[in-house]
Amino acid sequence: MDFGLSEEQTLFQDTLNAFLAEQVGLERVRRIAAGEESASAVWAELAELGVCALLAPEAHGGVGLKPLDAAIAAECLGHHATPSPFLGSAVMGPTALLLAGGQGERLERLAAGDLRMGIALGEAIAARAEAGVRASDGKLNGKALYVLDYGADEYLVADSNRGLHLVCASDLEHRPLATVEKTRPTGELVFNDCPAIPLSTDPAHLQAVLDAGRVMLAADTLGAAQNMLDQAVAYAKEREQFNRPIGSFQAVKHMCAEMAAHLEPCRALVWYAGHALSEVPEEAHLTACHAKAHLAEVGTFVARTATEVHGGMGFTDLLGLHYWFKRIGFNRQALGAPELVREEAARAQQLAA
Amino acid sequence: MDLSYGAEYEAIRTEVRDFISAHRDQAPKGGNMRSKAVLDWQKLLIEHGYAARTIPEAYGGFGAEPDVLASRIIAEEFANAQVSQGLGGQGISMLVPTLLEVGSEEQKQTFIRPTIHGEMVWCQGYSEPGAGSDLASLRTAAVLDGDEWVVNGQKIWTSTAHLADWIFCLVRTEPDAPKHQGISFLLFRMDTPGIEIRPLVDMTGAANFNEVFFTDVRVPKQQIVGTRGEGWQVANAILRHERDSLGDPNIMLSRLNALIKLMHSETIDGRRVIDLPAYRDRLMRIQGRVMALGFNDMRILSARINQKDASLARMVVKLQGTELRHELEQLGIDAMGELGLAYGKNPYLRDHGNWQTHYMYYLGLIIGGGTSQIQKNIISERGLGLPREPKVAAKAAATA
Ligand SMILES: Cc1cc2nc3c(=O)[nH]c(=O)nc-3n(C[C@H](O)[C@H](O)[C@H](O)COP(=O)(O)OP(=O)(O)OC[C@H]3O[C@@H](n4cnc5c(N)ncnc54)[C@H](O)[C@@H]3O)c2cc1C
Repeated sequence: MDFGLSEEQTLFQDTLNAFLAEQVGLERVRRIAAGEESASAVWAELAELGVCALLAPEAHGGVGLKPLDAAIAAECLGHHATPSPFLGSAVMGPTALLLAGGQGERLERLAAGDLRMGIALGEAIAARAEAGVRASDGKLNGKALYVLDYGADEYLVADSNRGLHLVCASDLEHRPLATVEKTRPTGELVFNDCPAIPLSTDPAHLQAVLDAGRVMLAADTLGAAQNMLDQAVAYAKEREQFNRPIGSFQAVKHMCAEMAAHLEPCRALVWYAGHALSEVPEEAHLTACHAKAHLAEVGTFVARTATEVHGGMGFTDLLGLHYWFKRIGFNRQALGAPELVREEAARAQQLAA
Repeated sequence: MDLSYGAEYEAIRTEVRDFISAHRDQAPKGGNMRSKAVLDWQKLLIEHGYAARTIPEAYGGFGAEPDVLASRIIAEEFANAQVSQGLGGQGISMLVPTLLEVGSEEQKQTFIRPTIHGEMVWCQGYSEPGAGSDLASLRTAAVLDGDEWVVNGQKIWTSTAHLADWIFCLVRTEPDAPKHQGISFLLFRMDTPGIEIRPLVDMTGAANFNEVFFTDVRVPKQQIVGTRGEGWQVANAILRHERDSLGDPNIMLSRLNALIKLMHSETIDGRRVIDLPAYRDRLMRIQGRVMALGFNDMRILSARINQKDASLARMVVKLQGTELRHELEQLGIDAMGELGLAYGKNPYLRDHGNWQTHYMYYLGLIIGGGTSQIQKNIISERGLGLPREPKVAAKAAATA
């Protein structure tokens, strides 16, 4: 028995973290957020490391790894607030294509980093502002809001019957939607008799794609929150007031201890949820829901508390803590806010109708 | 990630199940810890290696090699079957491991066998009115007089002192040494002349803990564990065992299941509480946290087997476990509203009033064995490496 990461997984994690620390530091993140640099170059570099190809089978140019490995990558990306289309193009897209079958060529292009797949599944979780997509006769109508990884070549779309479709960005109207989180492009898609490739009519497929995406967001928040905690602890050791490091004040110490106490058990939850996606299918949905919702709560607490530990400096743009703060905030709402996801967890156990 | 226990361990599981189904009608259901049924059951468990499993045979145990996975499987099976896995208590869970680590051969021979068999019941005499979180400032004094220690002073919050045969007790033997270096660890009988026990009623209405007064209590010189002045180190070995033993995920899960059941049976305006989204959401929040702690526990277990570091994961267990449990019990009460206030003889009492009892009891555990605030000090200083608080010049020394 070994509940934890294998040596290869730890090595992968270390390699990816080292790469991101060196090549995609905060200054680069800032430039990308400001629109001064495109995130595409980052994705190309990650493609070289095989990050785009994690889940695709070897027969289709992939590495053929498991969702837990993808969750490790997601945690690294969250840790460094890395702008990248990882969620759609490396996880949710490939997951959908693998479930649908017969999509080898697309998988190959995704794995090579040549194809980008955005995610328009939000309306299947909670349709806001009268959005929604209907499918008939192979065409889509309606609109999808806050699609993830906007700027993609193709989008994975859910219809009102929980079926899955693929559409080409050039076949529809779309526009970017500005949000508080500048490193994660989102947008609106408008479908007017838009031609679509039907991928699946099985709602279980949609569910599996959402579960995978939710675990990745949970892992992303885990990484982001851990980084904020690390920064808070480092700052508390260094910053002095009243002739003492502020970390020797119990109020500050206890803020840090509470962050650690809430966050540390999350690691095991995320690992297990990642593992369950492929290895314990009967628990995958419930653990994905709980990982997503719980990490949203703990992440929010850490994001706020770590900022407070930094005092006024935490509130500035100067330090850049807010990139992680916003990333965690984004992860909380994307693919289902905690209340909605917990309700799904209740339904999964027949505790709600 | 490899969650299989392997054939060898599945065989152990089968063995435990067979044992339980063959003997379960002999298992005591609560009752007096001195009753024949309880003591016989304890003996049977030890013979089969389901209690005192890793205690050497020479001291009355089963003598198995330590194997956390085997121990876990046994605990799981007894918990699932809701059959008692034998006696607990401070003697078994705290004193015995300490004696094994630092006791003399004679002490091991004398004390371990009767303790694990439930024939010698212990209480823990650490806290004093002036020494709680700051335990090392304790003042109960022991002075050597010929072949005996003479103990004077007072302990407080001593759980089960009124039921115990013996006490393991921290006393100051070197009044002039720095406070951590002047303490010794003594063992003595609770019926020694000069001991007075006064029960303290706690908020649940029970009188489980006590004040214990010592007036010229004479203790044979050799009843000291470890060397003179090193009682603090001995005590810390015990505290580690205590913290490890809190927060059993099996118990947390069974309380969560009880809560789910309660929310199905209780109604508000004829609707089941589980059907009301506000309550259901709180339930799901708690379930997510229970799940995280459960997996955290597996991680700790596995780190032990595979010699990996999980120190921070371990350090947060007491804090998180007791606080979560308190909140879980709180939701049970809230699900019942005014009915949840019922306590004692009341026709609307649910589950023998155990929601209120646990709710209060777990507040006691948040405080006892190192308060939540002390846990946070430990996590931040030892876990995160934050600076210790500057020492205040010792006021006590000046005024004493
Ligand atoms: C149910 C129960 C059973 C117990 N059983 C036993 C037993 O069998 N044997 C035994 O010896 N003892 C026992 N205790 C005692 C227990 O260990 C102490 O109550 C505990 O260590 C706290 O000490 P105190 O009560 O003196 O509180 P204090 O130390 O006075 O604490 C009061 C408050 O101050 C805070 N505080 C104190 N110091 C610090 C600090 N450095 N930083 C931040 N906050 C601080 C505490 O967190 C707490 O909130 C038991 C207690 C309970 C509740």
